[in-house]
Amino acid sequence: MSSLTEDYRKREESISYSAESAGESETHELMTLNIGPHHPATHGVLRLIATLEGEVVRDVKPLVGYVHTGIEKTAEDKSYWKVIPVVERMDYLAYYFNAMAFCGAVETLLDIEVPPRAQYLRVIHLELNRIMSHLVWLGTSALDLGAISMFWYCFRERETVLDLFEMSSGQRMHTRYIQVGGVFEDIPSGFEHKLRQFIELMPRRADQYADLLEKNQIAVERLRGTGVVDQETMLGLSVTGPLLRATGNPWDLRKAAPYSSYDHFDFKIPVGTVGDNYDRFRVRHAELYESVKIIEQALDGLPEGPFITPDRKVSLPPRHELATSMEALIHHFKLVTEGFRVPPGEAYYPIEGPRGELGCFVRADGSAKPARVHMRDPSFTNLQALAPMVRDGYIADLIATLAMLDPILGGIDR
Amino acid sequence: MPDATGLELYAQELRDRDGESIVDTEFHRNRATLVANPQKIKPVLEALQGKGYTSLASLHGVDYYPHEPRLGVLYELLDMERVDRISVKARVSTEDPRIDSVVELFPGAEFPEREVYDMFGVVFEGHPDLRRILMPEDYEGFPQRRDFPTGGEPVLFTFNEEGSYGRDM
Repeated sequence: MSSLTEDYRKREESISYSAESAGESETHELMTLNIGPHHPATHGVLRLIATLEGEVVRDVKPLVGYVHTGIEKTAEDKSYWKVIPVVERMDYLAYYFNAMAFCGAVETLLDIEVPPRAQYLRVIHLELNRIMSHLVWLGTSALDLGAISMFWYCFRERETVLDLFEMSSGQRMHTRYIQVGGVFEDIPSGFEHKLRQFIELMPRRADQYADLLEKNQIAVERLRGTGVVDQETMLGLSVTGPLLRATGNPWDLRKAAPYSSYDHFDFKIPVGTVGDNYDRFRVRHAELYESVKIIEQALDGLPEGPFITPDRKVSLPPRHELATSMEALIHHFKLVTEGFRVPPGEAYYPIEGPRGELGCFVRADGSAKPARVHMRDPSFTNLQALAPMVRDGYIADLIATLAMLDPILGGIDR
Repeated sequence: MPDATGLELYAQELRDRDGESIVDTEFHRNRATLVANPQKIKPVLEALQGKGYTSLASLHGVDYYPHEPRLGVLYELLDMERVDRISVKARVSTEDPRIDSVVELFPGAEFPEREVYDMFGVVFEGHPDLRRILMPEDYEGFPQRRDFPTGGEPVLFTFNEEGSYGRDM
């Protein structure tokens, strides 16, 4: 055996299979099954060590870290505005949210006001991102349940959202659109028209998805009554987002502690009743409609004004000023070379991501680079709920439960 | 968030129970932080839990290099009823980075505590399963510490497998 294999075996031995047998019969043997890290149903590079008794899962231990890239460490080596692109790559389906949490924390430390137009533009893009993230979740989850066509339908609508992102920021993914103090650029002409077409279409598409899955007995029976976890366990494990709402707790930071003008909009928080996989599916599906409602209101009420803070110490001066104003040239030079300095302090800025509370902790030491950036990623915390969800269920339900948990490994490993 | 006065009232209340529990308070940009004695972290969090801060929203490690004690463990507590947040900070030194685990109070602290151990080397005493979580099990060093250099990490291929971290050259 090569030393690599030897090490691998050693690492495997360090995992304790602490599951206890149901104890009905001595003849029932426990079997350990390794799922992943390269398995299409693990939604990324997630490795699960499942202890099985026959077909029943007695315990499951998630092993993560396969896509750990040290983004938090990298961020300490970059000036504040250069951190935005790297934190966006953490949870790669919620890049607007990552940027929003980070920028919010830095704005708190800088104590700057974000103009109302920028707040509305942020809301539009955050909610588009939520729709996009839920579409990827719905498509891939349906794929896990054996419904291939759902995947194509969901990705068709996702393309429209990505086209909109491309229109407003030039990028389809990891857009770097949200900046400290506002957004990178105002929306271009034609964006509103295209967005209105999309929000007009999206609820009808969501109806179609529901028709495809809700009236499909196989899908419904695989979801209903599986992976049930009660509210108290979820709260104890600090689980947030649609998983908590599926148990009937209407905890949503957009309502509870509104940020970025969310209190201006009229929307509802979908909640479930029993907290099974079906509720999780219904909650996320209903959120698609609510996000569309928010976008529509934000678009109707989009205020006039600047799209980024006029504070020249933080935001780049407009390009045309550089030719005429010495001040602007100096500010531009300072911002793109050193970046802005942030007064010492610590801030934790939580927002409601597609998977739950996404909080960014930033510690500033007075220099132009953050001394610590930590992302409280909802997938990381929510993954702890996997074992209580799948325990004493069938292995086939484990796949469905994992899909409904919606972990994003980029966010877990960071 | 409790305001500056509210924070002091909390601190005084906790000090009345145990004079050594709260070392300091910080109030910055509406963020209220109780700096707790690392030996008393469990009773402090338990008391705050009793006051309604029942949810541990986040737990993270910070390296305050070059200030001593260098390492900090931060607990972001959340009261879902009143929608109120308070953070608790405990500072430990790199020579003796030990602190009590709070998994018994907040089961959701299991993964975050493992991450802080992994990245900063803070040992959480009483943690049910304290292993590295993101880095490989045989990794040496604590990469999020400020004196840990970035870059220079050898990429593992078959030709340099023997010389990679955790193995003798």
